[in-house]
Amino acid sequence: MIRALLLAAALLAAQAWSDPLPSGTIWLSDALKAQQLDPAVNPGMLWVDAGARLWNEPPVTGPSPGATCAACHAAAALTMRGVAARFPAVADDGALLNLEGRINRCRSEHQGVEPWPYESDELLAMTAFVARQSLGMPIDVAVDGPAAGHFERGHKLFHLRQGQLNLSCAQCHDDHAGRRLRGDVISYGLGNGYPIYRLEWQSLGSLHRRLRACSLGVRAIQFDYGSPEYLSLELFLAWRARDVAIETPAIRR
Amino acid sequence: MALANARVSMPDRAAPGEVVEVKALMRHPMETGYRLDAMGRPIERHIVERFRVRYDGREVFSIDLTQGVAANPFFAFFLKATRTGKVTFIWEDDRGEVTTVTKSLTVTE
Repeated sequence: MIRALLLAAALLAAQAWSDPLPSGTIWLSDALKAQQLDPAVNPGMLWVDAGARLWNEPPVTGPSPGATCAACHAAAALTMRGVAARFPAVADDGALLNLEGRINRCRSEHQGVEPWPYESDELLAMTAFVARQSLGMPIDVAVDGPAAGHFERGHKLFHLRQGQLNLSCAQCHDDHAGRRLRGDVISYGLGNGYPIYRLEWQSLGSLHRRLRACSLGVRAIQFDYGSPEYLSLELFLAWRARDVAIETPAIRR
Repeated sequence: MALANARVSMPDRAAPGEVVEVKALMRHPMETGYRLDAMGRPIERHIVERFRVRYDGREVFSIDLTQGVAANPFFAFFLKATRTGKVTFIWEDDRGEVTTVTKSLTVTE
């Protein structure tokens, strides 16, 4: 009897896990949901527009302006479709790159210019523009092969108790997702809408900015933007968010 | 801000007398002037003071903004399409920066 119950519970758990987790959008008010869906009203689209302009602009002004993004990648609507769904991904040299890192690597390797600083208008705009091309596509990152080590580190970090509050990511975003934490509902911590327009920020922001806010919230070490810790955590979050549709730029409170 | 921009959505065609919805979103920090930076120094006020819309040369919408308006102000309003003409959206901020977007509205039977 007990064995049968355990088996049923295990099957149920496996069933639940094979379905995609719900996007944080489900906990938005109807008004905010409508705002996110309508490109005429979603303020994140201002950054997407800016990214579209940067796509066609040479990286430097002057006599030798260098190649635009469009010179190599042509129309982003075709060539960038689905790209964001595969990131973070491991580059040829073994480095784990998120979309921001991939864009900056393109800048240094192919355009011969300085990378954009994290959270700069330009990097947010380009990231939002590239991610927007995968709107509605299910997240599908590789976590085996060269990504396995990064994934394992991200998995560990997600379950590691941290900070003065001694809380792991999982204790809120697995165990208590859907329940209230003060004025808001705890999400599953999926990165499917990033960069997001967060009302608290009154601006677009990256996943790493949000992770830094979470680290601060549990009084833990805030890792740097683009740090290996947050990158591996981002990979693990993307795996958690597998089959969840990309909503960039999402609106969050 | 190098990336300052605005996003205006409205139909480009309408029947005579048709009422169309116009949505205008503008990128602006709307800094209140009441906040302090990390060093305790006041952050200078920087807001859009006026937003006006002209339809075929005539002003059809105008609003004075204050520090109480959040960043990236958004306005939506309805416009009665009477004749073919340009619809011009003008945002003026307190540093003299003016952002203008022009759309065409064609009125056909």
